[in-house]
Amino acid sequence: MPEPAITIQDIGKRYVIGRASHPSTFRDALVGKFRGMRSALGRLSGRDPGAADGSTEDFWALSNVSFDVQKGEVVGLIGRNGAGKSTLLKILSRITEPTTGRIKVRGRVASLLEVGTGFHPELTGRENLFLNGAILGMSRAEIRRKFDEIVAFAEVEKFLDTQVKFYSSGMYVRLAFAIAAHLEPEILIVDEVLAVGDINFQRKCLGKMRNVSTQEGRTVLFVSHNMAAVNQLCGRAVWLEHGRVRGDGLTREVCANYLSSGAVDQGEMNWPEGVAERGVDDFKFLSIRATDLQGRASAAFGVAEDFIIELRFRVLQPLALARIGFLVTTTDGTVIFDAYDSDEPDAWGKREVGAHLLRCRVPGALMQPGNYLVYANADVPNLRGLFRAEAGITLTLDGAHADYGTGPVRREGLILPKLQWTHEMP
Amino acid sequence: MKPSAPFAADLAPDEIIIESGRADAHYWRDLWRYHELLWFLALRDIKVRYKQAVLGAGWAVIQPAMTTVLLTFVFGKLAKMPAGNAPYPMLVLAGLLPWQLFSNAFNGAGSSLISNAQLISKVYFPRMVAPLSALAVALLDMAIVLALAAPVALAYGVVPTWRLFLLPLFIVGCLVVALGAGLWITALTVKYRDFRFITPFLLQIGLFVTPVGYRIDNIPSWRGLLALNPLTGVVDGFRWCLLAGDTVLVPLELVASGGIGALLLWSGIWYFRKTERRFADVI
Repeated sequence: MPEPAITIQDIGKRYVIGRASHPSTFRDALVGKFRGMRSALGRLSGRDPGAADGSTEDFWALSNVSFDVQKGEVVGLIGRNGAGKSTLLKILSRITEPTTGRIKVRGRVASLLEVGTGFHPELTGRENLFLNGAILGMSRAEIRRKFDEIVAFAEVEKFLDTQVKFYSSGMYVRLAFAIAAHLEPEILIVDEVLAVGDINFQRKCLGKMRNVSTQEGRTVLFVSHNMAAVNQLCGRAVWLEHGRVRGDGLTREVCANYLSSGAVDQGEMNWPEGVAERGVDDFKFLSIRATDLQGRASAAFGVAEDFIIELRFRVLQPLALARIGFLVTTTDGTVIFDAYDSDEPDAWGKREVGAHLLRCRVPGALMQPGNYLVYANADVPNLRGLFRAEAGITLTLDGAHADYGTGPVRREGLILPKLQWTHEMP
Repeated sequence: MKPSAPFAADLAPDEIIIESGRADAHYWRDLWRYHELLWFLALRDIKVRYKQAVLGAGWAVIQPAMTTVLLTFVFGKLAKMPAGNAPYPMLVLAGLLPWQLFSNAFNGAGSSLISNAQLISKVYFPRMVAPLSALAVALLDMAIVLALAAPVALAYGVVPTWRLFLLPLFIVGCLVVALGAGLWITALTVKYRDFRFITPFLLQIGLFVTPVGYRIDNIPSWRGLLALNPLTGVVDGFRWCLLAGDTVLVPLELVASGGIGALLLWSGIWYFRKTERRFADVI
């Protein structure tokens, strides 16, 4: 077996939290020194025990993380927020140092922890393209060679010499991603960047990334909350929890374990401050949850039961022609359907300023039993995205007590609708 | 600048070991690989700085022009310091060129990591690229002033001699001092934001302890002490090269300036490399 592209051995990363950790001002540093001296004196004279370790606390963002990534392998890194995924990527990208352990990387690495890092609003698209390319490690010759391809991919030909500050958020993201997608490293490290842009462009990016790995034989390490994307892209997944590896293996299995572990936000996701796409200032998405018909929050329903998807959002300026809704996907990312409130004729028009609550009744006896993800989604069709959830709430449709379709033979197909049958013997 | 080959070509056995406290084996080679980024960052800073200013690049000239007038007035007219055989404004201007180069580079370097904090926490590149690009910006500013000052100098009857060819030597000397001091201030500013407030003070003091507005041979009693300022040698060097006048270079002072400048650079690099691995954690 050839040597792995990445060998990770016993990686640990400690952050010191608390006041004396990283003195952010000179005064703190001086005060800290003084305190240290005083407590040393105190210890000498037998007074003031324990003052030395006063206000600091160690926090291990990662501990004993070990795994190999083979050449050409596409590995998804999953786990809830704060599990250490981003820290691991930062260490791999050499942005920060591990506290313990060592990593051996064989091949040119490009890491993409954010789309459009270093974009400057005052510069034109062309200028930013060169700057961002250089930041990501491309040489000028390389950028020039791929210039046309990048511009065509991003669909911004007409606005190349416009300052980026006048770009729509969609154009901005498209240009930024196009540059990143044209990197040609042997090892590509990607963090959450697919959560941006409209759905068509996302598909294009996923496709481009799949090409990168399958046709060009590159190694990809991919972090996402989006189980669908992980499932589509990665053959193998590593599941991190509390800074340790909790699962490692076939994506399908690891994802299933992860989703059923309760580690994921079930049934409900809240953004108390509101969220929206970059540059959107008239719309804030607040929450999505699933409830039964009595309004009780739940994440599991009988497969034949109707249930409600509840969406809350706030409109800050009168908003026309928007649609707010959700996507339902299987855990391996296949979209079952999407639904929008624009199906109701009176929602289509101007939305007033204020808080809104939408309830959508999803009929039972429609889908297969199993786990599903529901992603909030809002946009002004063909114009701009308002909000696109990176992570979905998990729903389990339980087939055990249904009165149809649950015989000994599993039924085929993506959906399992209960249909009307009549029978005659003419 | 020649376009270089794609990175992959010059790095066949491309292996990296990531480990705590590991001194990067390819530190300088890595820095060289990113020289294009250095250039792009400098270009960005220059473009952005003047994009929204009505007078644009004019500011690169107005600032030193005003300072020249001010210093000529204070030292030449009020304090009536002798100028030797060169016109006083020219004396000041020749001193101001290296001083501005130093202070722009120092200032720019000091804030370079903070203003690129976004980059530092999201992308790897040799951190020294940031202060170095500030140096490039300062150098470009000086080139503009130098070019525009040439006709003024001719009008004052200052004609360049063969000594002009030695100017690059002193420019390099100035850059050594600026980089050394800049690396210190950069690393310190990341760790202690206080240094953002300390920097202007340091520069204000520096303007007076460097013989910019006066000639060092006019204050013999302080001369030994001032010679410890590595910029003293640089300023004298600039005057010696640019003004055909009676500036006398004292070898001992030059050696002192050079030695202290080199020490500053060496210690600056040492401290910067010692702290840079933690920049992303504290920035």
